[in-house]
Amino acid sequence: MIKAEDISKSYGNNMVLDNITMQFPKGKVISLIGSNGAGKSTLLSIISRLLEQDQGTIAMDGKKITEFKNKKLARHLSILRQSNNVGLKLTVEELVSFGRFPYSQGRLKEEDHQKIEEAIRFLSLEEIQDSYLDELSGGQKQRAYLAMVVAQDTEYILLDEPLNNLDMKYSVQIMTILRRLADELDKTIIIVLHDINFASHYSDYIAALKDGNIEYYGITNEIITEQILQDVFDINCAITERNGKKTCNYFNHNL
Amino acid sequence: MRHHRNIFVLLAIGLLGAVALFMSYDLGRGWEYALGLRSVKVSAMAIVACCVAYSSVTFQTLTNNRILTPSIMGFESVYMLLQTVIVYIYGDQTFKVLNSFDNFMLSVVCMIGFAFMLYILIYRKGKDNIYLLVLIGLVLGILFHSLSSFMQLIIDPNDFFIIQGKMFASFSNINKDLLGYSAVIMVVTLIIGFRLTKYLDVISLGRDQAISLGINYQRMVQIFLVIIAILVSISTALIGPITFLGIMVTNLTYELLKTYRHSLTIAACCLVTAILIIGGQFLTEHLFHLSTPITTIINLVGGAYFLYLLLGLKKI
Repeated sequence: MIKAEDISKSYGNNMVLDNITMQFPKGKVISLIGSNGAGKSTLLSIISRLLEQDQGTIAMDGKKITEFKNKKLARHLSILRQSNNVGLKLTVEELVSFGRFPYSQGRLKEEDHQKIEEAIRFLSLEEIQDSYLDELSGGQKQRAYLAMVVAQDTEYILLDEPLNNLDMKYSVQIMTILRRLADELDKTIIIVLHDINFASHYSDYIAALKDGNIEYYGITNEIITEQILQDVFDINCAITERNGKKTCNYFNHNL
Repeated sequence: MRHHRNIFVLLAIGLLGAVALFMSYDLGRGWEYALGLRSVKVSAMAIVACCVAYSSVTFQTLTNNRILTPSIMGFESVYMLLQTVIVYIYGDQTFKVLNSFDNFMLSVVCMIGFAFMLYILIYRKGKDNIYLLVLIGLVLGILFHSLSSFMQLIIDPNDFFIIQGKMFASFSNINKDLLGYSAVIMVVTLIIGFRLTKYLDVISLGRDQAISLGINYQRMVQIFLVIIAILVSISTALIGPITFLGIMVTNLTYELLKTYRHSLTIAACCLVTAILIIGGQFLTEHLFHLSTPITTIINLVGGAYFLYLLLGLKKI
């Protein structure tokens, strides 16, 4: 379990996170939603030690993450953000191999090769595993990066808007994979999402942020209500339910 | 992998060829004397090549940019300012007051001191932003450059020639003792540097991914910057400034060797750089009869290549 306690962060006079306390249960998909600038990515960055908080602590399984050695922590917690490295000449397999760095420090052992192979199979990348990254489409690239995280084999996987720039097909593909990671491999997935319907259909819990606070946090279907979404996003919407999944239509709203 | 091995074999043959040609061409009667002189030059060129290769490749990985070299941070301006100040103070007595060893050590200390000052300035403010570091270095470099130009204007024109001799990199009169010291410092630094290349591989994925993979990013960047500062200082103090060499050799190496592994890239880059410098020096000595300094040739070719890169003829 990851526990955030009294997390605050401000940039200059701008309070981005205001005393946030929350817990992320194991083996679930938890989505962070909220409008732009609500502090979702900041919170994710702080949990994953990419950013230092001004105040408060993050604890993983009862131990503060600052007390872990970097190498050790990287075996428990990984983060994937949008990356924009253009000049890098890497094949998919080589990228996935980087996921083993916390274990192998660059010298791959038999076990590492096995994990790499598994990760490639898990994301169905076998056919393109020898292709260079810059030859791939956005969706394939995203899957390759995800495979690296899978090879890293951490209990906690944090993702910052992994569906950015992906079309419907690839988005669904990525979310299905994340669902499988939680269901089959018992990973905890914490994910920042923009599209409320992806959050609604694929996550177990949703945390809604507004102005640096956790306004709502609960089981997905309890959060996806017209009243809550209106409060969080400031926009009217209509919610329909089908097969127990709620879909939010925010296109024909009246301002 | 086989492709890589072939490239290395080719580069090694190229280097051996260049060295053989440089050493044996037109030796004349006093061949023992000439051979001794030339081997000093070749050693100096080898040292400079390794320094330039490691520092440039590493710097480009840290900044995630293929058209930067450490010289943008103003190392060379610090060196030129120091040389100008010394001549400004001592005039034609310079060589009496300060022998070449003192000058070498002073230059190295000043350049490394400059780098440390930059790091402390930035990291004490809690900003671990390498671009800020580079930009401040750039601005300070320009400031130092203007200062030196100003001082060069007001000194005795005769003294100016002493400075002018330092403005262009030259392998022609290398002090043997300096060579020994430089070699020792370089070898030690490179041994440490090469042990760290696996971290460079991870860093090339970007800051966030490197941290996610368990790298102490800020610490690593600091270590690499210190290594770069040491190597650049040695090379500059030994032969003088060579700005464009770094850009040219790294990009040539990236063309030759398409790999993410820095141990390979840097090793190949050392060979490429050595071949280019030795080849360039050979041309300077035998084609231009020393009328054109080697930096002019390097900067001309390197500058043209830089323009080629900038104009987008090649994807950077």
